[in-house]
Amino acid sequence: MNTSQQTVPDSKNRLKDLFIFQAWLVLLLASFFGAALAGIQLTLSPKIEANKLNETLEKVPELILGADAAQAFIDKNRQMEIDRQFIEAGKKIYSVFQAKTNGQTAGWVVKSSGQGYAGKIELLIGVDAKSEEITGLFILDQKETPGLGNKIMESVWRKQFINKSTQQQLTAVKTKAAAPNEINAITGATISSKSVCGIVNQSLENLRQPLASAALNNQNPSDNQPNNNQEKK
Amino acid sequence: MTDQPTAFERFTQGILPENPVYRQLLGLCPVLAVTNSMQGAMTMAGAVLFVLLCANVIISLIRDLLKPHLRIVIFTLTIATFVTIVDRFLAAYMYQMSKSLGPYIPLIIVNCIIICRCEVCASKQSVLTAASDAIGQSLGFALALASIASVREILGTGMFFGFRVLPKMWPDWVIMVLPPGAFLTFGLLLGAVNWVVAKKKANG
Repeated sequence: MNTSQQTVPDSKNRLKDLFIFQAWLVLLLASFFGAALAGIQLTLSPKIEANKLNETLEKVPELILGADAAQAFIDKNRQMEIDRQFIEAGKKIYSVFQAKTNGQTAGWVVKSSGQGYAGKIELLIGVDAKSEEITGLFILDQKETPGLGNKIMESVWRKQFINKSTQQQLTAVKTKAAAPNEINAITGATISSKSVCGIVNQSLENLRQPLASAALNNQNPSDNQPNNNQEKK
Repeated sequence: MTDQPTAFERFTQGILPENPVYRQLLGLCPVLAVTNSMQGAMTMAGAVLFVLLCANVIISLIRDLLKPHLRIVIFTLTIATFVTIVDRFLAAYMYQMSKSLGPYIPLIIVNCIIICRCEVCASKQSVLTAASDAIGQSLGFALALASIASVREILGTGMFFGFRVLPKMWPDWVIMVLPPGAFLTFGLLLGAVNWVVAKKKANG
């Protein structure tokens, strides 16, 4: 008896009790904040992208020549010409930096990204002109666990990738790396280590051919590119 | 409402008597993580000031519309928005700092100081009181970060704000800038603060 009496006159209140009506302030604020954040993102993202690009350009000599040689290179006041290109390979568009010294391709830096343990990992891979060997690795952006996964940024760990052949698939192993294609995984951060290897493998598999042939064309003397003027600088 | 502290009381309480780090033991994640240099610590304090001030003011403005069971959602939403703004801003204008602070800027979202101030003060008191509470608490937080960061940076690297203050012969205590140094410094300073407070109580 009681229940039927209560429900009939309460039809108005029932509407009010619906969660969606109670949450009007949450919804309103969410859309307002969402719009504000979209605005912030639109205004600031060109600047953030420019910061990342600058960092990439600064890292190019080190990624191709190695840290010591790059320092010596800069000390001699020599400069690399860096061309940015976009290469489509394996359904992805890669941002690739071609570094030239004296008009000759010195190497390539590939910007790539992929899913890590806690978020997107953005990294730079340096390869030699014929894209046969990895010459450097640098982590641009990551959100891995502090103290564990974020050790992928440390140069001690990244050094393992240097001089690895691009022909093979790299694997992160928990035991001591023995085979030439093995990388020591970071203790407690196997997923982050494997993610980095995976990103490197996929990018190189897609780009090895295009880069090697591009470097070859560039060195071909019949290919009349206006590089000769810049050589004398 | 009458027994609520006034704006001025809120401001002074935040700095020492209710210091968020030493007295409330809140926000310890950044306290331990970003205090190995003064620059990082002060950037973190600035970010917390901005987020806390904005969140407190907004929550205080809408405090009459809050429903008890939905208030935490609204606090979190507001805090997350301002943290994202700070994070993007640092990435655009202080890129190196944003990289070295890494995930600790986004982690301000879960910093209990802010949600605590929204709950304790901003959702109950006027905008002016909420704002002065935010500034007081942030100053207290900044002081705490500065005290730990100066000990760690000076002993660990012989520098203060990146300038050398100890003679070159100082053997840098590297452990001070590593995570154990954070626990050691914070533990000792916290003990000292508690000792002083206990002594004051006993005397008066």
